[in-house]
Amino acid sequence: MFKTTPEVGGMGHSIKRKEDLRFLQGKGNYVDDVHLPDMVYGHLVRSPYAHARLKSINTDKAKQLPGVLAVITGEDLAKANLAWMPTLFFDKQMVLATGKVLFQSQEVAFVIAEDRYTAADAAELVEVEYEELPVLVDPHKATDPSSPILREDREEKSNHIFHWEVGDKAATDKAFQNAAVRADVHAVFQRCHPAPLETCGCVADFNRATGRLTIYLTSQAPHAHRTLFALVGGIPENNIRVISPDIGGGFGNKVPIYPGYVCAVVGSLTLGRPVKWIETRSENLQSTGFARDYHMTAELAADKDGKIQALRVKTLADHGAFNAAAQPTKFPAGLFSICTGAYDYPSAFCEVDGVYTNKAPGGIAYRCSFRVTEAAYLIERAVDVLAMELKTDPVELRRKNFIRPEKFPYKSALGWSYDSGNYEGAMNLALEKIGYQQLRKEQEEKRKKGELMGIGVSSFVEIVGAGPAHTFDIAGIKMFDSAEIRVHPTGKAMCRMGTKSQGQGHETTYAQIVAQELGIPAADVTVEEGDTDTAPYGLGTYASRSTPVSGAATAVAARKIRDKAKKIAAHLLECSEEDLDWEPGKFFVKGAPSKSKSIQDIAFAAYTNMPEGMEAGLEAVDYYDPPNLTFPFGTYICVVDIDKGTGEVKVRRFVAVDDCGNVINPMIVDGQIHGGLTEGLAIAFMQEIAYDESGNVQGGSFMDYLLPTAVETPHWETDKTCTPSPHHPFGAKGVGESPNVGSPAAFVNAVVDALSHLGVRHIDMPITPWKVWNILKQKGVIS
Amino acid sequence: MAKKQVVHVKVNGREREAEVEPRMLLVHFIREVLGLTGTHVGCDTSHCGACTVLVDGKTVKSCTMFAPQADGCELFTVEGLIKDGQLHPLQEGFKEEHGLQCGFCTPGMLMSSYALLQKNAKPSEDDIRWGISGNLCRCTGYQNIVKAVQYAAQKMEQGGTK
Repeated sequence: MFKTTPEVGGMGHSIKRKEDLRFLQGKGNYVDDVHLPDMVYGHLVRSPYAHARLKSINTDKAKQLPGVLAVITGEDLAKANLAWMPTLFFDKQMVLATGKVLFQSQEVAFVIAEDRYTAADAAELVEVEYEELPVLVDPHKATDPSSPILREDREEKSNHIFHWEVGDKAATDKAFQNAAVRADVHAVFQRCHPAPLETCGCVADFNRATGRLTIYLTSQAPHAHRTLFALVGGIPENNIRVISPDIGGGFGNKVPIYPGYVCAVVGSLTLGRPVKWIETRSENLQSTGFARDYHMTAELAADKDGKIQALRVKTLADHGAFNAAAQPTKFPAGLFSICTGAYDYPSAFCEVDGVYTNKAPGGIAYRCSFRVTEAAYLIERAVDVLAMELKTDPVELRRKNFIRPEKFPYKSALGWSYDSGNYEGAMNLALEKIGYQQLRKEQEEKRKKGELMGIGVSSFVEIVGAGPAHTFDIAGIKMFDSAEIRVHPTGKAMCRMGTKSQGQGHETTYAQIVAQELGIPAADVTVEEGDTDTAPYGLGTYASRSTPVSGAATAVAARKIRDKAKKIAAHLLECSEEDLDWEPGKFFVKGAPSKSKSIQDIAFAAYTNMPEGMEAGLEAVDYYDPPNLTFPFGTYICVVDIDKGTGEVKVRRFVAVDDCGNVINPMIVDGQIHGGLTEGLAIAFMQEIAYDESGNVQGGSFMDYLLPTAVETPHWETDKTCTPSPHHPFGAKGVGESPNVGSPAAFVNAVVDALSHLGVRHIDMPITPWKVWNILKQKGVIS
Repeated sequence: MAKKQVVHVKVNGREREAEVEPRMLLVHFIREVLGLTGTHVGCDTSHCGACTVLVDGKTVKSCTMFAPQADGCELFTVEGLIKDGQLHPLQEGFKEEHGLQCGFCTPGMLMSSYALLQKNAKPSEDDIRWGISGNLCRCTGYQNIVKAVQYAAQKMEQGGTK
């Protein structure tokens, strides 16, 4: 790969971000900053009950409040056939409740008023009469005959949604029968919520004069959302414009379409005025975009030397009231079958059952490809438990079982074709950086003194970049993504993509790809995303897919431009194309480098002096369907100390070695790793959306749903190895989610390691001080 | 509806006045009446700090204060940091050290950091972490924010900026 100058700023340069200037001056444009003339405000009435029959809804008092313009109920929507909407995974969900409510905070009515305070007042005046019904909270009881059937709308009178299995059951069972050693772990990956700092919301603006509907939307996938609004709402797609402006974090929360959006659209269609709806934080945590809630058992079979022979996984998935899984794979459990991890063994079998409960619907892929975090956590926990069983060092067990670098592309026992990897290389670097052997000695000495210290290792493999058309789609739309590049006569460029940044720095990194491929300085390249009227169609940003898919499209589109540029250069230099060589920014005559034409010269000629018969202009578009997914990996090592008096776990050090192939902007990659590790820390120790027996949400505000501040967050130490993806145009893999996928196991393994001599083999997340303190008490460490 | 009240403030050096409902939150007054949308709302419960502004020189979570309580006060918001087209050292530091990603927490972070540096010109890493502990960030893991504040502290000391 060519190395560009810092002034050009191609691949590998830590150039500063273009988007920063507006954010630093308070000039970002987030959805709640959109203010349109004549705009009115919506507020949702929500159910206080987790399961209840709707006896009546009286909107009279609300409508009488001065300033109130409309109150919409489920019955009103039913007349337009909009009381229900399809989910992204073969189910449907209520927009506004009819008949009964199925989870606490479910949407019951939508009030529209002249200002947001009046709308909230009026929502309080909507009188809803409920008849409470028995509540189902525990997914393990979902199929008990004594449990209530939640979904009366379904033909199948059962709370069971799906059974899915993959792998060779017979071979796996056989391997277990013959195994010298077995280990198992039952691990619950708790329900949590991505909680981006900006909640979800929209401004729906139906213009009666033009018949066009513009929706300013907190959307990670504006184009797909436009199509879904067209399909569900019956509005011609050319009359819908979705604008996803600046987005204040997404992490998967902003992939689904939520009832509030639909209500705002209906409101604007009804009133002919722009309707703004913005969630409160409690609404965000209680009703949208939960993740995980996977109740998993993993078993490993190994020979006496610790060589793994087989993996068997059984999982119960709690999807809440509706299977609103926001995921584009063809598999009900998404990419969970990456649970074979970084290890080489012939047999595996994995089965997942999904059930309904009286909880918020979902789930979403929280900073990962769908179900990859659960999978990585499970196998990395299971390997540690096997190491305990074998009384061997978890590092040596990993080393013994890693897929060797020469075995790539590697076909996993559950069917994935891993593109490239050097797992031992990443682990060795992490071990060296943290000083593993020294830490083990320190741990031994501390144990003698009764002090609790643990070291946790996680050697994860990710699967990202959704995805190849044969495995992925949203509502039938293949999972390609796009880039359109236009080079202007003066040699500056405009690029538009089908993705949408939510903080990832696309305005900078895509410009760097163009700089790399065309030699046009990144500073001269403007990147724009999120407006469906102007950007080419794409499926959006999640599943670490922007670089693997749109990034690839950008490179391919730039190469198309370069092909045309070469023809123009040959024309200008009066030579044949074969006589020309390229270096970033110019074509020159082989052997006579002074005879050259810069990309800027060529761009001007593309509009002023092109060869005869050639179309004017210098632009290209590419829709890229990736041939395979990419498989980033790494090793994370965490060191913890436990305070025996309080049960508090202190993360002393954390080393993260990532391998995401070739890097576009190391500064941005490091920043994403810091952020993802912090979310992993939060999941391991703090975050949980729990429910009580009556289905009341226990984590419904930042008072109870704990996020780490700068004080709880440790200093992260990062490093990288580089194993390019062989099938990606510039060898990149994607990275934003790796730290969130790989780190929970490192934290938990460290805490369990600190307590392993007491016979502790597993602790479920979040590992709160209270949980640890109770274990210490049970084990007689403290009285 | 209660009788409206006149609220007079000096915001980023400019006198502004408006008649509002007494229950109007200061953050809505700033965003929707004064039109300064750099101050954000992230949580409604005073935990996230995205709405942090300075009221008479002290940091306030403006979602927790009514607009009439700020009557007669001086407000300082993120829009006031830039002077004569020159970024404040904090703004420069956040850019140079990659102290922001989605940008939503950034205005609040900047205001808390600004207040910290007014009180403590040479903060330690610990001082900075505690100084921004009322502000949540979901993207950066805080590490580069700490570096950004250190950058600004150094630059302000060298340049004598306030």
